[in-house]
Amino acid sequence: MAEERRFLSASGVPIALRRRQHSASCRELAVRGPRLQLRSLSAATSAVWLAAYGLFALSENSMVLSAAIFITLIGLIIYLHFVKIDQESLLVIGSLGIQVTSSYASGKESTTFIEMGHVKDVVINEAIHMQKVIYYLCILLQDPEDPQGVSEVVPLFQSSKPRLDCLIEVYKSCQEILEQRKTAPQSS
Amino acid sequence: MVLKVFFPSCCSSADSGILIGRWISEQNSVVVLAVVHFPFIPVQVKQYLGEVQRVTKVSVSVLGSWSNSKQEKEESLSEFLEDLGTIFCHEPWIQISKEGDSKFWSCSILQKHSKNPQEEEIILVYYDQRKVMLSHLHPPLDTAGQRAEDASKLSAIFGTVARSQVLFMTDRYNEGPIKLTHWQSDGVEASIIVELLKQASVPACMLLTFLLSLLSGICKSRVLKFWPLSFLWSKLSTCEQLGHRLQHLQVISSSKKAQNQNQLMRKANIFVSLLIDVALGILLMSWLYRKNRIGHLADTLIPVADHVAEELQDLLQWLMGAPAGLKMNRALDQVLGRFFLYHIHLWISYIHLLSPFIEMILWYVGLSACLGLTVALCILSDIIALLTFHIYCFYVYGARLYCLKIYGLSSLWRLFRGKKWNVLRQRVDSCSYDLDQLFIGTLLFTILLFLLPTTALYYLVFTLLRLLVVIVQGLIHLLVDLIDSLPLYSLILRLCRSYRLAAGVKFRVLEQQDGKPLRLLMQINPLSYGGVIQTYRLPTYSCYPRDSWASLCKKLFLGELIYPWKHKGDKQN
Repeated sequence: MAEERRFLSASGVPIALRRRQHSASCRELAVRGPRLQLRSLSAATSAVWLAAYGLFALSENSMVLSAAIFITLIGLIIYLHFVKIDQESLLVIGSLGIQVTSSYASGKESTTFIEMGHVKDVVINEAIHMQKVIYYLCILLQDPEDPQGVSEVVPLFQSSKPRLDCLIEVYKSCQEILEQRKTAPQSS
Repeated sequence: MVLKVFFPSCCSSADSGILIGRWISEQNSVVVLAVVHFPFIPVQVKQYLGEVQRVTKVSVSVLGSWSNSKQEKEESLSEFLEDLGTIFCHEPWIQISKEGDSKFWSCSILQKHSKNPQEEEIILVYYDQRKVMLSHLHPPLDTAGQRAEDASKLSAIFGTVARSQVLFMTDRYNEGPIKLTHWQSDGVEASIIVELLKQASVPACMLLTFLLSLLSGICKSRVLKFWPLSFLWSKLSTCEQLGHRLQHLQVISSSKKAQNQNQLMRKANIFVSLLIDVALGILLMSWLYRKNRIGHLADTLIPVADHVAEELQDLLQWLMGAPAGLKMNRALDQVLGRFFLYHIHLWISYIHLLSPFIEMILWYVGLSACLGLTVALCILSDIIALLTFHIYCFYVYGARLYCLKIYGLSSLWRLFRGKKWNVLRQRVDSCSYDLDQLFIGTLLFTILLFLLPTTALYYLVFTLLRLLVVIVQGLIHLLVDLIDSLPLYSLILRLCRSYRLAAGVKFRVLEQQDGKPLRLLMQINPLSYGGVIQTYRLPTYSCYPRDSWASLCKKLFLGELIYPWKHKGDKQN
């Protein structure tokens, strides 16, 4: 069963949180940011080409125009493939682990899977980002030597940056599944 | 408690039978390796599993039953399958059944001696057996930079499948009593070319080892150890590169089999790197010798050397005049300028002496480019070093003069203030000087101080020239190092067979149905290109930089000679 709710991100853009429960111990939470707008794309392209045409008028060298087209194409491909993140999702499977996926606008998906044995807890943290203080959700990884220590902090939803209300929903869903591993008998 | 069943996707359409695999009790998970079909004799199955266990050291056992009924479920079959549980007593006994072509299977567990009779949730994870068997899991680096070798749950699963290779060697065409279904049950595949190469590699390795031992014997002979020659070998970077490649060849041709994955990848990387190097070198050679380009190169070498010498002469004339409007000490200026001019004159004479032989030397030296592109680049770097030898000499003269002057100045400055450097205690102490000592000391101090700008200017100019040459040589060495250390085989493997180098796994949730177990697909998450390069980088023989920026500036200021590129074998100064 899936449900979708709208929230705002830390910078004010509308984002959508989609929750799906696949089974009693498996949940998927996906935060979707706004898609690439045709307006901004055309604005950027026109600006680059106007500048190139101005340079061409000054220098009478046609290489400037072909270079501008080349730069626009390459820049667009790089932006779609490496920069623009459409959706960030969290798949929590009790007793297996937590999977964090970022899907880019070009369709590329980059996934990390963290085994449940390495996960200490999922918490909401505060951070100073530029001139703001924002909340972010992160996974605390267990230190193998020190049972009370934390070896690494993995921040989630870094590009969509949801606000506290959205984070609380995600936090509650994760904690329901993480609690199950405490009630179940320890299986190291 | 959640039970995880790792099921190979190749067995999804297998006929009914029993499941064999490994039960990992610490993780409460089951790895299914194959399906044994009816009819079978239980004793023979147990015997076979015992043999497999002995060879692979993996505790393979009968885990449960698998029923794939094309029609409706038969009651008698299910009872028969439960009875099997008593024959092969395994705790817990898993029963998976598939009806017709349905994607949603039903799993149930029979626990006879369960302490808490609660409903266990089952997660069914499909995995691609061939890919998991061939893949090598790279655990992530922790903060200390060491790879965590602890028992990760996934590595247990990967290890189980990888070590059970002998189980996958029997296919359905074998005439044995056991009929298995696994990823290779349709017929074991092998490549004729690979087998032929394996057979041919043994005598080839032996021949190579013999040749290399001859070569290293010659290299280590006493003839080449005499002082001028050994000094020359240590200074030429070509010899170092050749020695490095010789070491690589020795690694490849050694007859010991690679113990683990890392050694195998290293051997393969060295082999591919050598191959590409030699191929590029031969390409370069064919380009150079076509249309006699090397002759043209030799013809332009002398005019270029002449041009450089003329530019240096112009520079010295400029310094002897009033450079940048600064007023130099006339006498010292003339002395230094004439000294360096005479030096350049000697250098041009030597170059002109050599000019008839240059073309022949270059032609033969160019032939050595067939040993590899790295060797050709090292030769280029050495030629640059030889051609700019006079710049190096000038730098040394200028630096020594400047260094002497700075030390003299600092010592006389202490005398001027009435202090002395105490060598025993390594500190500055006060000292009472005689009047004539003070007089001469102050006189010398003044002379040195006013001659400082002239010497400093010469030192500055020649240091800058030397740094320019050093930067050019450094760039060439950087390129050589890049070619040496790039793990090409691993990169090509990552490109073409990305499942072989795994950084982890990723799960995809498949269609679900209420009441049926959770279905997941486990796929291999390949290592990123940066991770591949970091893990499989080949070690090189040089490491830079030798000094930090601060100590480099200090040395330049004091006039000490700088050697920016350090090699691993050098003793520390």
